[in-house]
Amino acid sequence: MGMTITEKILAKHCGKKKVEPGELITAKLDFILGNDITAPISIEEFEKAGAKKVFDSERIALVPDHFVPNKDIKSAEQAAILRRFAQQYKIKYYFEVGEMGIEHALLPEQGLVLPGDAIIGADSHTCTYGAIGAFSTGVGSTDLAAAMVTGEAWFKVPESMKFIFKGKRRKWVTGKDFILNIIGDIGVDGALYKSMEITGEAIKSLPMDDRLTICNMAIEAGGKNGIIPPDEITEKYVKSRAKRPYKFYKSDSDANYCCVKEYDVSKLEPLVALPHLPSNVKPVSEVKNIKIDQAVIGSCTNGRLSDLRIAAQILKGKRVAPYVRCIIIPATQAIYLKALKEGLLELFIDAGCVVSTSTCGPCLGGYMGVLAKGERAIATTNRNFRGRMGDVESEVYLSNPAVAAASAVAGKIIHPEEVVD
Amino acid sequence: MVFEGNVFRYGNDVNTDFIIPARYLTSSDPKWLASHCMEDIDKNFIREVKPGDIIVAQKNFGCGSSREHAPIAIKAVGISCVIAESFARIFYRNSINIGLPIIECPEMVKEVEKGDKVRVDLSKGLVENISKSKKYKFRPLPEFAQDIFKVGGLMNYVMNKQKGK
Repeated sequence: MGMTITEKILAKHCGKKKVEPGELITAKLDFILGNDITAPISIEEFEKAGAKKVFDSERIALVPDHFVPNKDIKSAEQAAILRRFAQQYKIKYYFEVGEMGIEHALLPEQGLVLPGDAIIGADSHTCTYGAIGAFSTGVGSTDLAAAMVTGEAWFKVPESMKFIFKGKRRKWVTGKDFILNIIGDIGVDGALYKSMEITGEAIKSLPMDDRLTICNMAIEAGGKNGIIPPDEITEKYVKSRAKRPYKFYKSDSDANYCCVKEYDVSKLEPLVALPHLPSNVKPVSEVKNIKIDQAVIGSCTNGRLSDLRIAAQILKGKRVAPYVRCIIIPATQAIYLKALKEGLLELFIDAGCVVSTSTCGPCLGGYMGVLAKGERAIATTNRNFRGRMGDVESEVYLSNPAVAAASAVAGKIIHPEEVVD
Repeated sequence: MVFEGNVFRYGNDVNTDFIIPARYLTSSDPKWLASHCMEDIDKNFIREVKPGDIIVAQKNFGCGSSREHAPIAIKAVGISCVIAESFARIFYRNSINIGLPIIECPEMVKEVEKGDKVRVDLSKGLVENISKSKKYKFRPLPEFAQDIFKVGGLMNYVMNKQKGK
């Protein structure tokens, strides 16, 4: 019996020839990360335990991104804990506000997380890096604290599920719709404790930004990791950025999967996840007369350059509907700068949007677009739990950037083709 | 370890935004987090909860964010143990790592009501619903997870191992 890509990466990192699902292992880690919400607890645990040094100051990233630029005094104090620790332990990849970005857009962009890596991050969306062929999973603060000392983490080797996408996607269908389709099919715990391997001819032609979106939301199906077999697109993305050597792994043809699902994307239309679960998915054409108060285009899920370009295609020469706030958040400083040079930001402002500096902000109801009681948002973010973006009686609908931009123009949830040709 | 307390019962997919909303994550002080625990799903929880009480939920408890603030808030508010049909994996890890007892016992969950008095014997792998006079067995945590528990959490476990090197 062969091994899946996830099993191969885990075997390599625990020094074994072969691992099997259910086996408990201790794996050496290539990279670890935390943010301004999770890392303060890790740092406290690290210091409380009397640790004196980190395992490798060049394999740890501290990214203040959730509540920075600081939204209030308490969040400023949290960010200050990261800054102090980064200075004290000479953490190479601490990103001050002018260099920053949302961690899961920033670290792949900077070539810090690479194919074949084993990575943990104290953030649930750490699963994003599976898009470049890494084993990458979210953990809590204490796991990060322990890894800062040892460079290791314990894992139960997960069973693998395989998702095969076939066919040619239609216009306005993106990676976001691929992953919403999976979550709608298997549910928010459909991949609990499992690895999600995403493959097929429709993935082979899919750009990296879409792949990052897909793996980003593996956690919304309960998955331990999402992973896409690395190929030419991966090589092209990684080659010029990589800060370390990297390695491509591939699943064996006789690898074992606990479940195989096949989807034909030629039949897929843009999807919307209705309140209050990411699995509550419907085709956008079936979502009728849902007026919105706010549209958010950004986040670690959909704040990359191609997402902004898609939004710009819709918003060009149009105007955001009266009494609707459209908030656009480029996910990193580099994306912001490229969008500026391409004229996208000007186009957004002309259309009546606001453009924010990079932050997780509204996705988790932090700031920069919190909802009042009874308000409704369409967002390119990843969770629509009750109260996620603000008041417990507000609502969040999840979609791709085209649907969100079109809805901002129409003032209600709408198929992009109804706004542009 | 044996715990006894009254049950607070919840359904499927209790996410970490319910357990501790993100608007309170500007601090990691356990007392502060505890004071807002379960706020968006059960406004009465904070007023009614007593030390030793037990949370019982259906599938996928603790889904969503990786915030360790969630098990920290539950532990700090005095909950002795969480019983569910299943747990989201990061919440599961975090609970082991900080020493919050968690139990997967679907049969028990199906037959329990809010306010039931329940006794849990962790080492024997036994839950007793005293109010309903019913007993259930559950599978104990993996051995190494129990070792983490015994020394008071992952950091102590790791530091002990480092000293041994």
